Amino acid sequence: MIALKLAYRNLVGAGLRTWLNVIVLSFSFVVIIWYQGLLEGWNRQARRDMIEWEVGGGQYWHQEYDPYDPFTIRDSHGSLPEGLKAKTEKGSHTPILISQATIFPEGRIQSILLKGIDPKQKILSIPSEYVETDVEEIPAVIGTRMAKSTNLKIGDLVAVRWRDVNGTFDAAEARIVHIMKTNVGTVDNGQMWIPLKRLRNMMQMPGEVTIIVSDKDTAVSGAVAGWNFKDQDFLLQDITEVIQAKKVGISIIYLLLLFLAMLAIFNTQVLSIFRRRKEIGTHIALGMTRGQVVRLFTIEGAMHGILAAIVAAIYGIPVLAFSAVKGFAMPQAVDSYGLAIAEKIFPTYSAGLVIGTTLLVLITVTIVSFLPTRRISKMKPTEAIRGKIQ
Amino acid sequence: MEDSKIILIDALVKQFPIGGGEFTALDGIDLTFGKGEFAGVVGPSGSGKTTLLNIIGSLDTPTDGRVSVLDQSIGDLSHKKAARLRNEHLGFIFQTFNLLPVYTVFENVEFPLLLLKMTAASRKNAVQDALEWVGLSNKVKSRPAQLSGGECQRVAIARAMVKRPEIVLADEPTANLDAENSHNILQTMEKLNAELETTFIFATHDEKVIRYLHRKIHLEDGRVVKDELIDKKN
Ligand SMILES: Nc1ncnc2c1ncn2[C@@H]1O[C@H](COP(=O)(O)OP(=O)(O)OP(=O)(O)O)[C@@H](O)[C@H]1O
Ligand SMILES: [Mg+2]
Repeated sequence: MIALKLAYRNLVGAGLRTWLNVIVLSFSFVVIIWYQGLLEGWNRQARRDMIEWEVGGGQYWHQEYDPYDPFTIRDSHGSLPEGLKAKTEKGSHTPILISQATIFPEGRIQSILLKGIDPKQKILSIPSEYVETDVEEIPAVIGTRMAKSTNLKIGDLVAVRWRDVNGTFDAAEARIVHIMKTNVGTVDNGQMWIPLKRLRNMMQMPGEVTIIVSDKDTAVSGAVAGWNFKDQDFLLQDITEVIQAKKVGISIIYLLLLFLAMLAIFNTQVLSIFRRRKEIGTHIALGMTRGQVVRLFTIEGAMHGILAAIVAAIYGIPVLAFSAVKGFAMPQAVDSYGLAIAEKIFPTYSAGLVIGTTLLVLITVTIVSFLPTRRISKMKPTEAIRGKIQ
Repeated sequence: MEDSKIILIDALVKQFPIGGGEFTALDGIDLTFGKGEFAGVVGPSGSGKTTLLNIIGSLDTPTDGRVSVLDQSIGDLSHKKAARLRNEHLGFIFQTFNLLPVYTVFENVEFPLLLLKMTAASRKNAVQDALEWVGLSNKVKSRPAQLSGGECQRVAIARAMVKRPEIVLADEPTANLDAENSHNILQTMEKLNAELETTFIFATHDEKVIRYLHRKIHLEDGRVVKDELIDKKN
């Protein structure tokens, strides 16, 4: 307690230099918490969007289905398994049929995926109701990214060519009935959403499906022969990995920031032990043990961390709270990470994040403050008293 | 009288390593000090005055011989025990005052009491008493930088006296003071010596100090060449 009191007196008595250190350190606090909170907010938003638009409560994949292998897509379909029929009827599961096709927007050739979806499904946010229309051509919903890359607008026609189940080429025109806006690029880029029935007819695959998406509120349904259930964790693995990589990547920046703050504190400690050796000698003459003096200086240094936490709280809490409420506008370019990303991300700060950061900073500051105090134990009190350099 | 000896020095030798060899700063000192003495170690520069005071103050250790302060053998004390001896029983007054610059006068004087784990109320009383002794009750909130040299040294005396130690060691306490201030602080110390029976040991070659001493121990080249008692009664 005494050491705390004395350390506080000394530190605050030291004035400007103390506050400079404290401000630099508090800045590290706020940046670490804000950035980690931002990534966590991004993570949650991306997961939520992915679940709503694509993943649902998990998906059954036909055993041959491999989204990364376009050549096997032709063979990766089967009829809706018995075990899932009732659930599909009830609306807790929805089937999707996926086929390859080629479109010819403005005379160019582009390979795409056709995704057949039940217009009545309510499981995904894909606005499938738009494909339920009596236009003569194939009614297609596309995303804004797809619209931009193909230069297609609502009402436009585009030629589509595909090979049916027998390998026979066929072609027809599709009409863009709706352009949807989504944060999830993987339901947008290079694909068109059309009615499931229509796609089955085109491919001559009545009753066939490639994947079956389950409702996000439905508990995992049992195993189905010939179909692999992919749970949310598996389907969201990419996000988890990217966010994790970003967290690691960004930690270099704030380790640097922390390092600078620590350097400043270390320097302050070395300097203050040097300048105050007379004081150290006096402390010892007045009856402090070297251990007590070492503790005093260590606490004094460590108190930078405590003051920084307080200062960080004073300006950090409003800033961070404001940012959490108002969100942080992400630059457009970030979309190219291939992650679902909203225009605005709302940082979320967990108690663990705040406590963890505070502990990290306090422990590092304490260590950094302790290191230079070893000089104190080497001082001769008789010479320190007179301020002699040893 | 014999049992009131609080410092016993027997064949004390202190050597410092210099270059390849040893320099003998104290060369066979035999001395005793009783309770309530007002004594001074006098002698030319380099004669070993500071060295002797440092050893009595347990800031340094003898190379040879025995030094016993309040029944504790200085050479055998651990760091902790030595610190405790200083904290509980010894007061120091330095040539350069050695006040803590960021502390107020009150806090400077309070410092030794913090180490003694006294309650805040008794600390406050003790500090007020000590500041009264040295006539600085009106400067409680000042900082050392705002005080004159004489005032600084009086704060230092208050700091040394606040815990009412048995022994106060003062190394050249007047070296940085003018004549008036020198007399002033010596009168203060003389008064405290009389009232509290504190033993004062000075190291000095200042005539202004020497005039006040009740006992003069002359040191030359690390040896006691003369030990005289001065009768102050007349
Ligand atoms: N740490 C040390 N290392 C080497 N020699 C030392 C050390 N401390 C003191 N000495 C030497 O011991 C001798 C006595 O020193 P001391 O400081 O006790 O003298 P002093 O009587 O106090 O002198 P002054 O009146 O100048 O203060 C001096 O010659 C000094 O050089
Ligand atoms: Mg000296």
